[in-house]
Amino acid sequence: MMNRQELLQLIERNARVPASELAVMIGADEKTVSDELSKLCEENIILGYAAIINWDKTERESVTAMIEIRITPQRNKGFDQIARQLFRYPQVTSCYLMSGGFDLMLIIEDSTLREVASFIAEKVAPIDGVISTSTHFILKKYKSNGIVFDVKSSDDRETVVL
Amino acid sequence: MSLSFDKKISEVVQSIPPSAIRRFFDLANEMRGEVISLSIGEPDFVTPWRVREAGIYSLDQGNTHYSPNQGYIETRSAIAQYMKRRFHLTYDPVSEILVSVGGSEALDLAARALINPGDEVIIVEPCFVSYKATVLMAHGVPVIIETKQEDEFKLRPEDLEKAISKKTKYLILGYPCNPTGATMTRSDLERIVRVIERHPDLIVLSDELYAELTYGDDPFVSIATFPSMRDRTIIVNGFSKSFAMTGWRIGYATGPSQLIQAMNKVHQYCIMSSPTTAQYAVIEASLHGDKEVKEMRDEYNRRRRVIFDGLNKAGLTCFEPSGAFYAFPSVHECDMTSEEFCERLLKEKKVAIVPGNAFGACGEGYVRISYASSMENIREAMKRIKDFVADVRSE
Repeated sequence: MMNRQELLQLIERNARVPASELAVMIGADEKTVSDELSKLCEENIILGYAAIINWDKTERESVTAMIEIRITPQRNKGFDQIARQLFRYPQVTSCYLMSGGFDLMLIIEDSTLREVASFIAEKVAPIDGVISTSTHFILKKYKSNGIVFDVKSSDDRETVVL
Repeated sequence: MSLSFDKKISEVVQSIPPSAIRRFFDLANEMRGEVISLSIGEPDFVTPWRVREAGIYSLDQGNTHYSPNQGYIETRSAIAQYMKRRFHLTYDPVSEILVSVGGSEALDLAARALINPGDEVIIVEPCFVSYKATVLMAHGVPVIIETKQEDEFKLRPEDLEKAISKKTKYLILGYPCNPTGATMTRSDLERIVRVIERHPDLIVLSDELYAELTYGDDPFVSIATFPSMRDRTIIVNGFSKSFAMTGWRIGYATGPSQLIQAMNKVHQYCIMSSPTTAQYAVIEASLHGDKEVKEMRDEYNRRRRVIFDGLNKAGLTCFEPSGAFYAFPSVHECDMTSEEFCERLLKEKKVAIVPGNAFGACGEGYVRISYASSMENIREAMKRIKDFVADVRSE
């Protein structure tokens, strides 16, 4: 029996490991693994394969902001319609419905602070049902998607230990 | 003329031979930095953060003093809970648990607490290098049982029976095994237990440092879980391998209180007490570390499969290791001694692995490959080993 959870954990950590190697690691044959991967894609469990990039080390200018939004839920539609209206903008990289003091959390990535500000002023705030927004800019990324930025791992163990 | 100490150093210490692979050691150390090392008997993982944090917090609180000789009662209680939860073993934290400086100290304590000059101790080779030395240093006589690849390096009951004499004080069992990766299942142990039961004076010292690291369908079984064995077994365990805590130097021994108290006497005069910071850290490890241990075990298991697959592809025969983090393939096919194989591999392909004869004479013809290294390193090393074997065969 193929261990789905283990397979998913492995590719979540490193999506570039080929099926042949994944197969050895989890003790299955290659075909079983590639079939399972296709199935996971068809079932929309694997939604894509992406690289984790530290953009700060590149030329690209970018700002990331987290926006807390309070909204009035709409009859029959709850929060979903406003969420959908917002997450369709490409600069919205994440959109979550939250418990607590506000309702939606958007994570926005854009090239300048001004662009983020105008997005909020022009696209978010005017929506019927949006009561208030509160924007937080990210100053430095220490860790993202389980990966610590700017740490080089080194092996300082002795060469031979019996 | 410079003073010669030849006659001053104790005969026992002089009698202990330097490591069988000293030359290889020197060579490997010279090449440090330019080689991929699969020759390291310690986890590559860093101690889980929750455990490190507990150590830091204890320092922050100013806990920097000696502990009671046997260890803090909180530490011993946490170990007792861990032993119960993980291995179904019950020990009284007050009298049956001793916190030691790594498993190694506990091996030495047992030797010094038990051995009278001339007493025999049965050692199952290939094995961890300290077993023999601790016995010799306590003026005991090591009696070696050699295990074989065709038996998956398990101890055979008939070999044990033959090795026992009137002088036998104890048997050292080290499964899961460094260097072979062998384990003993419940039914394997049952057969050994039957032999031991016929010798009411025989004590068992069970080195269970790798107990958390078994991979097959058979879970780890401690010999002390057999009712007839519980009160004649000293278990040596620790946090080094299972919790990636080698540098903290902390382990423990559990067993019948009379034996533990005897060991504590030695411990109190030579060590005083185990490191205080480490004792606080392992409370956290014992009580809340299962998830982290499982994650490391799962990763070792994947590497084990990659190594085993790589060895098969390279054409080296190896029995499938089921515990610890070592594979122990044979190099007989290459028509070389273990040491020649390792030296040439080191020089020609820049991969360091350990000659099997470092772990006893019967380890000759084998090499120990550790998978306590990153998957990336393992993949690259296995590729190079495969190339090396192909080179050798075409010579």
